[in-house]
Amino acid sequence: MPQIEIKSANAYYDKLHVLKNIKLSVDKGEIVSLIGPSGSGKSSLLKMLVGLLIPKSGDVYLNGTLINYNNQSDLRAIREQIAIVFQQYNLFQNMNVLKNVSIAPTKIQKRNPKEVNEQALFLLEKVGLKDKLKSYPDELSGGQQQRVAIARALCLNPEILLLDEITSALDPELVKEVLDSIRLLAAEGMTMLIVSHEMSFVREVSSRVVFMDDGSIIEINNPKNIFERPKEKRTLDFVGKILKDK
Amino acid sequence: MERLIEEIPNFFTIWNVIFLAKAMGVTFLLTAIGCIVGFSVGGLLAIFRKTKTILLLPIRIFIVLYTEIFRRIPFLVSLLLFFYVFQIIKISDDLFLIATITVCVIATAYIGEIIRSGIESINQTQWDAAAAMNFTYYQTLKEIIFPQAWKVILPPAFGFFIMFIKDTALASQIGVMELTFAAKVLNNKGFSPLLSFGTILILYFILSFPLDRFGKYMEKKLASNRN
Repeated sequence: MPQIEIKSANAYYDKLHVLKNIKLSVDKGEIVSLIGPSGSGKSSLLKMLVGLLIPKSGDVYLNGTLINYNNQSDLRAIREQIAIVFQQYNLFQNMNVLKNVSIAPTKIQKRNPKEVNEQALFLLEKVGLKDKLKSYPDELSGGQQQRVAIARALCLNPEILLLDEITSALDPELVKEVLDSIRLLAAEGMTMLIVSHEMSFVREVSSRVVFMDDGSIIEINNPKNIFERPKEKRTLDFVGKILKDK
Repeated sequence: MERLIEEIPNFFTIWNVIFLAKAMGVTFLLTAIGCIVGFSVGGLLAIFRKTKTILLLPIRIFIVLYTEIFRRIPFLVSLLLFFYVFQIIKISDDLFLIATITVCVIATAYIGEIIRSGIESINQTQWDAAAAMNFTYYQTLKEIIFPQAWKVILPPAFGFFIMFIKDTALASQIGVMELTFAAKVLNNKGFSPLLSFGTILILYFILSFPLDRFGKYMEKKLASNRN
């Protein structure tokens, strides 16, 4: 049974049809990367999974259970299992690093504050930010904010992690650090959906790669095939252009 | 000038001082009740206006109409309107009550709008992050939005409060014995306008200055963007 199964989902921003007939299943422990040009619906797909964009039609199953995105208790249930790291980090500007990481586990999940604090310190140390606990988001670089956002998502103990363009603001050294963290998570069996323009990263970490264009899934394939022998012309054009630009 | 100096001992008699103190109390009460009710009810209106559930749609429509209408009507017109409506339907002929209700209605519309714009000044990304972590609407407001929005809300809110102290002078038009009316009475009794209105000018300053300082203190305390 797939951990996530999306059947013919469609979603709109007002009248703009951003996700068209999406069909995708993700097994537990899989790392699925979403690639495609800007505006192709990759981030919208992640937002749909956590209910920030409500699908207008189609079904989404989580661990075999059908999700009703218009039902608050279903929404709460999926958000307990899925954590998202946003492209713009979305750290709470009024809270320091430690509070950003620990607020949801303590106030929302009602976990023991001492235990949460220990986990937050461990995670922040893991992402190299133990000396920034008292700093506020506007005192951190983009890369540092991104790592806080990753620690914040992990502190929720999710089963599934959605990463939206997490390497876009990082310098090459930090990309390696973040990749190492993600590899570690993968080894621990964390299911991940990753939106990225970093093709070498996608190729290296993904179990499968999904190519999207104009709100639709054009091709799903393993990394080797999608970069070397894509089935679809649009995938070939996109991959060819990206690799040529590199 | 000599006449003015001669008038001073007669002006500051115990009777006149008590009369002015009572009038100052009325101005203070009108302002304080208006600001407290305006801030509380206006805050609630702003919070309801931002909700999305379909069940609250009629309330949202009412809030929009209420805010947009009462922000566009001059204070004096609202005051006279309430004054005559109260007379026609014979609810009460207490002038202070009529002035207080008008002040609360106007303050709620204005402050509600100030708070709404403060809430909306916070980037949608903050709401998204909170929603994705299962924060409820009210938890998001309390923990994330208001702590960031105070710096947008407080300066215009306190500016409005201070302006409001001055606007309560219009209550004199329906006969409420507040500071401006008291000055008119003293002037009519033969005291020079310079002395009568000069005195209430100082009294208005005494009322508004601490409020201005309190506003600055609250801005520093709440709006520093740091918990």
